[in-house]
Amino acid sequence: MRTGVKTAPVIDISVDRLAKSYGDGPPVLADLSFKVRQGEAVALVGANGTGKSTLLRCLMGLTLPSAGSLAVLGIDPAFAGRRELRALRAQTGLVSQKHNLVPRLSVLTNVIHGILGQRGGPTVWSQTFATDAIRMRAMAALGKVGLADLADRRADRLSGGQSQRVAIARALMAGPRFLIADEPCASLDPSAEEDVMDLFFRLVREEGVTVVFTSHNISHALKYGDRVLGLARGRLQLDAAAIDLGTADLRGLYD
Amino acid sequence: MTDLPARLERPSALAFVVYALAIALLVWSFDGAGWSAEKLLRAPPALADFWSRAWPPSTQNLPRLGWKMVETLQIALAGAALGAVLAVPVAILAARGLIAGRVVNTLVRTVLGFLRAVPDIAWALVFVVAVGLGPFAGMLAIMVDTLGFCGRFFADDMEAVDKGPAEALTATGAGKIDVVACATIPGAMPSFISTSLYAVEKAVRSSTILGLVGAGGIGIELKVGFDLFDYPTALTVILMIAVVVIGVEQLGVWARNRIIGEQR
Ligand SMILES: Nc1ncnc2c1ncn2[C@@H]1O[C@H](COP(=O)(O)OP(=O)(O)OP(=O)(O)O)[C@@H](O)[C@H]1O
Ligand SMILES: [Mg+2]
Repeated sequence: MRTGVKTAPVIDISVDRLAKSYGDGPPVLADLSFKVRQGEAVALVGANGTGKSTLLRCLMGLTLPSAGSLAVLGIDPAFAGRRELRALRAQTGLVSQKHNLVPRLSVLTNVIHGILGQRGGPTVWSQTFATDAIRMRAMAALGKVGLADLADRRADRLSGGQSQRVAIARALMAGPRFLIADEPCASLDPSAEEDVMDLFFRLVREEGVTVVFTSHNISHALKYGDRVLGLARGRLQLDAAAIDLGTADLRGLYD
Repeated sequence: MTDLPARLERPSALAFVVYALAIALLVWSFDGAGWSAEKLLRAPPALADFWSRAWPPSTQNLPRLGWKMVETLQIALAGAALGAVLAVPVAILAARGLIAGRVVNTLVRTVLGFLRAVPDIAWALVFVVAVGLGPFAGMLAIMVDTLGFCGRFFADDMEAVDKGPAEALTATGAGKIDVVACATIPGAMPSFISTSLYAVEKAVRSSTILGLVGAGGIGIELKVGFDLFDYPTALTVILMIAVVVIGVEQLGVWARNRIIGEQR
């Protein structure tokens, strides 16, 4: 804990007997239970199609679980009303493999959009109308990812690595307490991937953000995660501290 | 050697009946359309007569006709611009999965379908009754027609936009309207522009005949030309319309390439 005081750890996320199937299809997730402490970085690993993204989408309330219960920052997104859900999401952020920037808008405008959870309306739709305070905050976020000089570049004229950094700046803009990262760097070349992962985890650790991320790179899961959750066919097969694990322990998940 | 499939499938009994019905339908339609070989044979001499009386096109009234053409373009541009702007909020209500529920989507789409189904000349007649003769009635007719057209296609454009950015903003707690304004509309903008340019082309084509019912523009000159047997003037009007419509279409192609070509 960053406080350094020995108190009971704050639980940011708790998942209890969660199950999910799409429509009448087979269960994608079954009987999942785990807890994530505040400030912890949890790596979610497993083969393609084992339900990692589905689990993350459940945590964000982007899709509804079929059974079980969830608490994310004290709120169950499945049962939260619209207001409550927005209040929850205002404290969370999402970084995914596709950076999902709005292509025709400037980098700065895209970063400013990160604040939409806290305040909406035309003054934050574009950097042109934003207040100086917000523009400065966005520039600071861009500075943290080292891209302040690209603020007025159009988002679709960035390289993959730059786009991903901007997406990170956007996610940090709101000062989130919990970030979800779904294969945040999977589309980057290996050296850019390393750089962006380093940057991302340096920033989230600095700000004490809780992170759940997925990666198909086993060594990344071990390097950046405090804890590793292994999924196989929608069930939790592994839940251990990263320092206690070797790559061989994770290979078994992919059989 | 493998057997190639037959080039023509042998029609089933049902297919045969369908073909026979289709042919009967066509014959019946030609009959209803008053098909007459005799009239068709008489047409070329009559046309030649018209042509000899119309040629050369009159240049006498060119300034007046020119101003009428300018008015026509003004009607088209003003009506199309107003219709396209109004179409944005309407399309947001019509697009599935943006802010409104299914019932509202269907309702709005039905109304837009109605706006499109009524021909522009009929809208012009309605607005002549409502606001009197003149270009204002024509502009309103073009506006309604454009609203029906753009409203539907803007909605389709927004439904087709990549959902990723919208989802990323939703995940930070952005409200629906903010998501539409920040992700969906910017994403659909190239399609909006393309659709709007097409709407302007369509509006110019429509506005040239609105004058036939007294809703302003050059159409009135065409009607007067024919009514007074002033065929040279009528021919001038027809040629002017053709030139302007083709010109606007070319301009549209150029603008589309210019504005969105490089961004795609
Ligand atoms: N919207 C959906 N509708 C129906 N089935 C879905 C949907 N989304 C995912 N699935 C199915 O759920 C299963 C789990 O998908 P999910 O995307 O969660 O896997 P994943 O672990 O993230 O895989 P990957 O490593 O390839 O990203 C897959 O079989 C997938 O086909
Ligand atoms: Mg996935």
